[in-house]
This record gives sequence, structure tokens and C-alpha cells, in this order.
Amino acid sequence: MEKRKPPASTAVFRSKSRHERHVNAWVYTLLTGISILWLLPLVLLLLQSFRGESGGQVAYVLPRQWTLKNYAFLFEGARWSIQRLYHTPSALLMTLLSALGAALLSLWFLKKPFSPFAQTPSRLKHLLLLCALWFLLQLVRCLDVSRCDFLQWYRNTLIIAIFCAALQTLMVLSVAYTLSRMRFRGRRLMMNAVLVLGMFPGFLTMIVLYYLLKTLGLTQAGAVPGLILISVASSGMGYYIAKGFFDTIPRALDESARMDGATRLNIFLKIILPMAKPIAIYTVLMGFLAPWGDYVFASYVAFGHKAGYNVAVGLYRWVNTSDYQGYFTRFCAGGVLVALPVTALFMWLQKYYVEGITAGAVKG
Amino acid sequence: MWRTVLVFTIAVPQFISLLYVSKLFAADGLINGLLLRWGWIRQPLPFWTNPAWARITIIGINVWVGIPYMMLIATGILMNIPSDLYESARIDGAGAFQTWRKITLPYMLFVTGPYLLTSFTGNINNFNVIFLLSQGRPLSLEMAGNAGSTDLLITWLYKMTVTDSNYKLAAVIGILVFVVCAGVNLLVYNLIPSVKNEEDFQ
Repeated sequence: MEKRKPPASTAVFRSKSRHERHVNAWVYTLLTGISILWLLPLVLLLLQSFRGESGGQVAYVLPRQWTLKNYAFLFEGARWSIQRLYHTPSALLMTLLSALGAALLSLWFLKKPFSPFAQTPSRLKHLLLLCALWFLLQLVRCLDVSRCDFLQWYRNTLIIAIFCAALQTLMVLSVAYTLSRMRFRGRRLMMNAVLVLGMFPGFLTMIVLYYLLKTLGLTQAGAVPGLILISVASSGMGYYIAKGFFDTIPRALDESARMDGATRLNIFLKIILPMAKPIAIYTVLMGFLAPWGDYVFASYVAFGHKAGYNVAVGLYRWVNTSDYQGYFTRFCAGGVLVALPVTALFMWLQKYYVEGITAGAVKG
Repeated sequence: MWRTVLVFTIAVPQFISLLYVSKLFAADGLINGLLLRWGWIRQPLPFWTNPAWARITIIGINVWVGIPYMMLIATGILMNIPSDLYESARIDGAGAFQTWRKITLPYMLFVTGPYLLTSFTGNINNFNVIFLLSQGRPLSLEMAGNAGSTDLLITWLYKMTVTDSNYKLAAVIGILVFVVCAGVNLLVYNLIPSVKNEEDFQ
């Protein structure tokens, strides 16, 4: 086989002029400066979390004594309690099922071409992933309730985030699809009303919601279901980006599917949703990320009841209590533990996030 | 890669970076500690205790938090400006600054108009930044009802609801905030070129 030579005129090399090199140098310096400025607090946070010599703030950056004791403090009350895994028959069943799911999932990750699980339908894979996650959550138990605050808060926030992500996506996509595709009396009125209501600051409803949740018993001890209810119930109002996206999908698609005899549900699930994958993933991501930073509602609904806090409220209390001097490095460690999965998820899905906000910004 | 660095800043939950930065600037925090140790200053800089300093610091940190979002949107838009506009401008002999002023800037402002408006309204109600950074302190005797020098209406509302249980005043403040925001929104939205000159840009 003769070696092919590339045609001589494809690559045009032009040596950079001095002016261009100057400009490039400035630009790269600026970019490096910006990166340092933005990453510096995060790097400092990471460094401070390993500090062993004192808990409070100090005037130097690098720890003199590197230790993991701050992270150990976060996990203090927890034990790898094996007994609770087979404590009751239902617990045992749950453990076996989720262990099986985790094992199958690890086989799937191998992804060898001759793996028997290469052909598993993806819905089953998602179910297995959930089983694996549930299994991992079961492993860590809190035996000494007074000492494992952080784990309790983490668990609360994780539960709220998962439920909010799932239910909010369901609501937002349904509302957006309905408003985009169907025409009914009061549609314009409803859209305008939602727009105007959205301009009210959300805190006005805080007091009323608290009393409402109190009658339902969903405050303090029941703070987690209460927070999920609040977030999900008002999530339909954030339909703008999804609706804008659905509007760009031509109606002709719907109509031809209907002529072929598809029901509305079929059209939505099988045609529209796969096309709207970026926006759907963006909605799921937003729903998942919001509870991690929610201070106002979480602190009000779980008023005073420490076991019902979420991570934001808990860490805030640590940093701003009167004896925060001892808790500062622990706050840093907690912050790192909170930031790690959230950041990893975000970076994995960042493509969809960027698409989501550019679409939202352009369409208003 | 540069964009990934800034996206990383968005990825970290905002309350963590805000809480950490609030302690960074505190009187016994890292910045004051370093400056004192190097002998550049005699006493700790009053970032959170002097009202004017506190306000400037909050604005600075808010900008620090918000720039990555804006950068993402801006790069997305810049990549979509048709390049033949630039070509024809260059052929007509426009310099770099003129190109920027007459092509890039109007295009950007047109596309990000609604976003700027939402960002304005959002910042009027930006509870997280103020509360996590300075809790509305320094408290000031000149203001009514426990308000501080860096309090927004929204943080004042929160303090009144949670600590004073003064629901009447809190409700009034909420309604006033709504009136102002809605008024500004409706007024500006119909005036910005994004809505008026929609045809020109298509």
C-alpha cells in the first residue's frame, strides 16, 4: 500500500508575528490570574480541612500538622453496624437485593464485549444503580445519635435532593409540555398569573407554609417530607426553559404520530422526551442541586430540631456559633465532603447545564 | 480548560464558598492574619465591621460568585455571532475597538437583556449572599427594628419573621418588594431592545 502524502496546500503555517505573541502572552497571563483568583478560596478550603494543630482560624495557609481527624469527627457517631443489616427479615431482604444489584452493576461496568450484561436494557441498569446506592446508604448506621449530626444532615439532604430531582422533573416537564402543545381556555391567563406570582419573594409564604406544615405534622421531626413537599408543589412554576425548548420542536411531529395512532402519553414518552434529553437532564440537575444550598426554608421548617436540618443549616450553625473556633476546620472538612459529590455530578453533566442556561438566557 | 476551571467554581455549592469567604475576611481570618504578619497593616482591616467596607466587600464577593455564570452565557453567545459581520467590518476598515463597540456589544446586550433584568431582580432579593456573608451586620442604631448596614429588605424580613415574629411588618415589606420588582420588571422589559427591535436582529 503506497504511503499517501498529504497535499502540500492543506496546512498553511504562519509564524506568529511579534504582536500576536505579545497579545497571547497578555491573554494567558490574564487567564491564569483569573483562574487563580477563582480557585483560590476552594483550594484554601481543602487545605484548611487537613489542619491538625488548632480548630480555629490561623494566619498561615499550609497546615503544619496534616491530619484526617476533622474528617473523623464528621463520622464519629457512626459505626459500620452489620447487625442492623439482618436485624429483621425485611432488612435482610433489602440487603440481599441491593447487594445483588450492586454486584450486577459492577459487572456491567466492566463492559467487555462478551459480558453477558452488555445487552441489558438501560432501564434495568438504572434500577440496579439505585439498588447499589441504597445498599451503600444502608451500610452506614448512626448508633450514637447525639454525636453523628453531620451524617444525619447529609442523609437528610441526600434524600430531599433525590426526591426533589425526580418529582420536580416530572412536574416541570408535564407542565411545559401541556402549555406548549395544548390550547385551552385560561392558558394565557395562567401563564401570566404564574409570571406575576413568581415575582413575589418566596419568603412571604414562609410563615403560612410553616403553619400549614405544622398542622400536617411535617415540621421539625418531619422536616424532610415537609421540605420535599414545599419544593415539589411549587416547582411547576419554573417551566419557562423547558417550554421554550418544547416550542422549538415542530408540531408536525406530534400530528404525524397521532395520525399513526399514538396516544398523547406515547408521543410524550417516546418522541418528545428523547429529543428533549438536554433540557430534561438540566431540570434533573437543577432539582438535585437546589436542596444542598437551601438555608432559608430548611432552617425555618426544621426550627430548633437538629436532626431535621439539612447540610446548609448545619454547617452554618457550626461556623457561626459562639465557639466556632473549634469548629472551623470541621466546617472545612464538611464543606469538602458536601462539595465532592455535587461537583462531580455537575462536571459530569456540565454540558447539559451550559445548554440549559444559554437557552434560558437567550429566550428570557 | 479555562472554561472548565470557571465551571468548577459554579459546581461547588454556593453556600460553602460564601461561608468560607466570610470567615476569610473576618477580623481574625486569613487575609487579616497574613497582612498583619507581613507587617503591612497595624490593625485588622474592618471588612465586616465598617459599614462602607462591608458593602464594598459584599459587592465584590457577589461579583466573584456571579462572573462564571455570565462568562458561560457570554461565550455561548459570542460563538454564535455570524463571522461575516466581522469580515465585512474588517474590509470596511474598522479597528478593533470600533468592531467591538458596533457589532459585539449590541449583539451581546440584545441577547442578554432578559438575563440582565432577571439578574437585577434576583439580586434585589439575594438572600443567600448577604445572610451567609455578613448576616446583615454591622448593626446600626440609625435603622429601625434591628436592621444592619448591609441588610437587604429580604434579610430584614427574615430576621423579623424568625427572631421578632413581627409578621405584620414582614408582610408589608414583602408586598413592597414585590411592587417595586414587578414595576421595574414590566417597565424595563418593554423598553429593552430585545423586545422592541426583535426584527432587526433576525
